[in-house]
Amino acid sequence: MDIFANLIDGFATSLLPYNMMMITLGVVAGLFIGAMPGLGSVNGVAILLPVTFLVPPTSAIIFLGAIYYGAMYGGAISSIMLGIPGASTAVATTFDGRPMAIKGEADKALVAAAVASFLGGTISIILFTLFAPLLADFALKFGPAEEFALMILAFSTFIGLGGDSILKTLFAIFFGLALSAVGLDVVSGQSRLIFGDITGFYHGINFLVLAIGIYGIGEILWTMEIDKGNVSLSKANVSLKRIFKAIKELKNTWGTVLMGSFLGYFVGILPAAGATPGSLMAYGIAKSASKTPENFGKGEIKGVVAPEAANNAASTGSMLPMLTLGIPGSPTTAILLGGMVIWGLEPGPLLFIDQREFVWGLISSLYTANVFTLLINIAFIPAFIAVLKMPFTILAPIIFVLCVVGGYAPTNDMHDVWLMLIFGLGGYLLRKLNYPMAPVVLAIVLGPLAERSMRQTLIGSHGSPMVFIERPLSLIFLIISLFLFALPLLKKLNLRKKLESL
Amino acid sequence: MKRADLIAALVLAIISFYMMLKSMELPIGWEAGKGPGGGAFPFWLSAGMLICSVLIFIRNLAGLSLESKDTQPFMETETLKLFLTVSIALIAMIGAIHIVGVYVSVPLFVAFYMRHLGKHSWTKTLVISLTIPVVTFLFFEKLLLLLLPKGVTEEWFYIFF
Repeated sequence: MDIFANLIDGFATSLLPYNMMMITLGVVAGLFIGAMPGLGSVNGVAILLPVTFLVPPTSAIIFLGAIYYGAMYGGAISSIMLGIPGASTAVATTFDGRPMAIKGEADKALVAAAVASFLGGTISIILFTLFAPLLADFALKFGPAEEFALMILAFSTFIGLGGDSILKTLFAIFFGLALSAVGLDVVSGQSRLIFGDITGFYHGINFLVLAIGIYGIGEILWTMEIDKGNVSLSKANVSLKRIFKAIKELKNTWGTVLMGSFLGYFVGILPAAGATPGSLMAYGIAKSASKTPENFGKGEIKGVVAPEAANNAASTGSMLPMLTLGIPGSPTTAILLGGMVIWGLEPGPLLFIDQREFVWGLISSLYTANVFTLLINIAFIPAFIAVLKMPFTILAPIIFVLCVVGGYAPTNDMHDVWLMLIFGLGGYLLRKLNYPMAPVVLAIVLGPLAERSMRQTLIGSHGSPMVFIERPLSLIFLIISLFLFALPLLKKLNLRKKLESL
Repeated sequence: MKRADLIAALVLAIISFYMMLKSMELPIGWEAGKGPGGGAFPFWLSAGMLICSVLIFIRNLAGLSLESKDTQPFMETETLKLFLTVSIALIAMIGAIHIVGVYVSVPLFVAFYMRHLGKHSWTKTLVISLTIPVVTFLFFEKLLLLLLPKGVTEEWFYIFF
């Protein structure tokens, strides 16, 4: 078994004391960030990525992967204790987690969330370990034409499945791609889009500047608005005895956990879907499959278990296309992908050959991170509940300062800090008008790769665009994209037909 | 909401148009045997942005989009006040970094935020706003060897290196 040997090699990397420390730090940071109302994995990864510049890439990705994981667990804490989702990915957890807390079963809900997260995580990592090498192997056959078609496919999922206004989604994609074109033209070496002849634009717009602006500054502004109201913290009495009792009571929910894990994993792979819709879908299915659907919303434990298993599974799922194809499956993995470029790695299937230590170190670290998160989470439930009492007016300025330093770090240029502020404020205002932000971040990361693969293909074919439909795989990707682009229209027509037939 | 959506679409259309003009500084046409020129990619993307924002504008006027039917104000007075206070404080902080550097501007910002928006006690405010620059210095400059801008306070730090 090739996979097995690779995995053991990976563990040799990820179990090094230094990397174990990175996992622990990442998990704790992730749990805290996830537990803060409003902040989730994407915010944590965006704000903390600049901090990782000086550690080796493998340790850096292990650290960020652990944050991703920890934040998925942590989100449940605020959902259950405050009734405010700790991150958008934990929205579905509030439906039954909050009623359980009100009934005085907060500890049971917290333990159920942690165990379900662990199982969802573990199942999805096993799926990941089995699928990733196969997919990477297959993707090795891709040329620039297939790469380009695949990116079109990634963007089309936002149109077909995103659920936001199509025009605004399209605008967001175009905008992100256009921003990525600022600076130098990779083919001719000429400078372009130097707005107002400001020299800071010559080095291009770093994706981190945009990501920190939107997910740091913009997110805090967004949360400030929601956080104004008074919220009450539920009481949880936690003891070892009660924890064991709660774990025992989870026996009846394993079917729900399995469903949530598989669903979450596969939904997570799609760039436009991911953990939030994945967990909502899992909740919906758990409810409709239940013999007592009327209990849902009133504190049904399956209503906590399903979304929590799904959101952790989805976070692993979104790493699959990132690692094997170089196409991120979520905004968080888009930022991880951008980080890989900064660390000097070439994203794509070749990673599995050229950077085996990096790839398998990351995969094996997910197993470890998952166990660590479960233990740290359950052991320190009271500590994480204390986090919720921390006033936002202390947290917010600290995060703003981190954003400013993080925006400055990649290029040592104040120009980027100003740009980050503009993106943060502008992004906040546009988000209020329902412009989706995830496609912009994905587009600015994929932009340079998309343009390069498109122009490489065209140089190779002496300028003939027919090459995109002459290569079978590229054609298949484009046909699926076309279908996804048409999907909202088809839905509308279908709806109209139904209305007419009434 | 309707008006804010219209204004946003208009502003975005102007930005798109400006980006199209900027892209035209490089060849945007098809170069025989090589495919599109260096300006083509951003040019057509900006054109796409322009088309989208114009359509968003038209759909709003025609009352077809969700935002055009939303009668809620874009921002409540209280939210607007908060947004403006925080934005101005951020602009002032980043502006001040150019002159007096991170280590003067950051504690002032944190203190203002905690005291004015958080209504925390002076002791708490002082402790936190003085701890943050110390931690920042130790972590970024000492551990990560990342030099942050210090403006006129540059010389004060010579003794630490």
